[in-house]
Amino acid sequence: MLLSLFNAVELGIIYAIMALGVYLSFRILDFPDLTVDGSFVTGAAVAAILIMNGVSPITASFLAALAGFLAGCVTGILHTKGKINALLAGILMMIALYSINLRIMGQPTLSLLNESTIFKQLESIWEATGIDAALNGMLTFFGADRLPPTWSVVIVMILVTLAIKLLTDYLLKTEVGLALRATGDNQVMIRSLSANTDFLIIVGIGFSNALVAFSGGLIAQHGGFADVNMGIGMIIIGLASVIIGEALFGVKTIAIATLAVVGGAIIYRIVVAMALRVEFLETGDMKMITALLVIIALVAPKLLQARKEKKRRLEKRARLNQEKVGEV
Amino acid sequence: MLKMKNISITFNEGTPDEKIALRDTDLELGKGEFVTVIGSNGAGKSTLMNVVSGNLIPDIGDVFINDKQVVHLPEYNRSAFIGRVFQDPMAGTAPSMTIEENLAMAYARNKKRKLKPGVTKQRKELFREFLATLNLGLEDRLNAKVGFLSGGERQALSLLMATFTEPNILLLDEHTAALDPSRAELITKLTGDVIRKFDLTTLMVTHNMQQALDLGNRLIMMDKGQIILDIDGEEKQKLTIEDLLKEFQRIRGTQFENDRAVLG
Repeated sequence: MLLSLFNAVELGIIYAIMALGVYLSFRILDFPDLTVDGSFVTGAAVAAILIMNGVSPITASFLAALAGFLAGCVTGILHTKGKINALLAGILMMIALYSINLRIMGQPTLSLLNESTIFKQLESIWEATGIDAALNGMLTFFGADRLPPTWSVVIVMILVTLAIKLLTDYLLKTEVGLALRATGDNQVMIRSLSANTDFLIIVGIGFSNALVAFSGGLIAQHGGFADVNMGIGMIIIGLASVIIGEALFGVKTIAIATLAVVGGAIIYRIVVAMALRVEFLETGDMKMITALLVIIALVAPKLLQARKEKKRRLEKRARLNQEKVGEV
Repeated sequence: MLKMKNISITFNEGTPDEKIALRDTDLELGKGEFVTVIGSNGAGKSTLMNVVSGNLIPDIGDVFINDKQVVHLPEYNRSAFIGRVFQDPMAGTAPSMTIEENLAMAYARNKKRKLKPGVTKQRKELFREFLATLNLGLEDRLNAKVGFLSGGERQALSLLMATFTEPNILLLDEHTAALDPSRAELITKLTGDVIRKFDLTTLMVTHNMQQALDLGNRLIMMDKGQIILDIDGEEKQKLTIEDLLKEFQRIRGTQFENDRAVLG
């Protein structure tokens, strides 16, 4: 139980980078970008093939992000210059990327089990620090019997994801970032304030997919394989993270919203991990669980709000009636 | 400052819906000139505005801003020189962003946008100063999301955003038409103040004849894609609504066909 929770957090924090990418396209640019299903795999494919060819895992991860950036830019160009509807542009790119990903990998699946990955390198450095021993000692003290093999991934990835979150926060507050946000909010207005909205959309969707592909590259190294089908439903997972996070933590400022997205990604993984422990559910049910989660996260807050409103009105009415009775 | 020469534009050319929006129109605005534009629906007022802003490219003709040919410059490039306030109070501001962020975007209009913070301490002070001139108390609500402001407040903010960087040309497109009378009056007053303060070259379209007479130092009347009346100086100051209606009838031989304009 504890171990699966630990694994969920570990995965969640890596997927959070992908969720931040989805947040950028969906929320900031108001662009429902389905490229994500393809660009996630592109990131995994690029990272895997490069590592297998002897490129250092860190360089490979950054090149994976670059590949995602380019894929996103193409979607942006299709939408802005080709005037293709945003959803369709994303779907077209997603389909095209499926073939491109196969070409990159040369075969449907690549195994990284015998390769050096960013996480294996990390672990070997990590072992010398003795942090694992201390943390696991604490867990044993609290009565855990199955211990996580390493804390390096969770701790380092929290730092990496937070760094990306802070960078995103900063970028969205720069002059260019403000124009980017306005592009998703009121295009007519920001164009009248001399911003090139086409360029902003292209770069924005590019940046969004760079994060998605970076996350894909890391997931491939974490899981030890890249598979051409690993991106199916990724957009919904990203969306689930964004919506769950927003429902739980709010969206008052950009900094809170991005933190909510990271939190949402982790909570999503925990919920899935818990759901999979339920006996009659199978791994194949995961997509449906995801869909249900998104639906609940979308509908529940509205229902709660409506109930609260109704209660408030009824109470107000009751108070008024009471006062009237008092007058008589 | 602004020069338009031989502007012609036809919509849906060669189809039954063909409409000549502007025919061979010339217009020249000197520095600091404030021109109000009136005319019935479909007279070409909005088209004229859109040709200046770069929203529409004329079929033929030239547009010069500061003697620079801009007719093929895309809207987002041209708007470095042009401040604009739209009819819809929702159109000129970004609702999910704060007042200071909106002002920061307007502040960057005539500069190159960089990867530097948009809202700085220094700029905040500047924004506060400018907001105070509106007398709406917005200077104490820098962090409020613009979506929570009323239509009048949003339009006042739009006006400020369009003007405080002192654009070469200010375009006002019936910017008080969607407001209730008291708010419209406030925005009209603020418009006069701010244009005087910065000595802005202004083109204002309005349906309200009284407003066209009260504001500005020159008035043009448009009909069927042409400027049919152009009055400035002292003559403009003495002008009344009756004069305008009479002039229209004299030139066109028909009644001015817009109730809204007369009543307004």
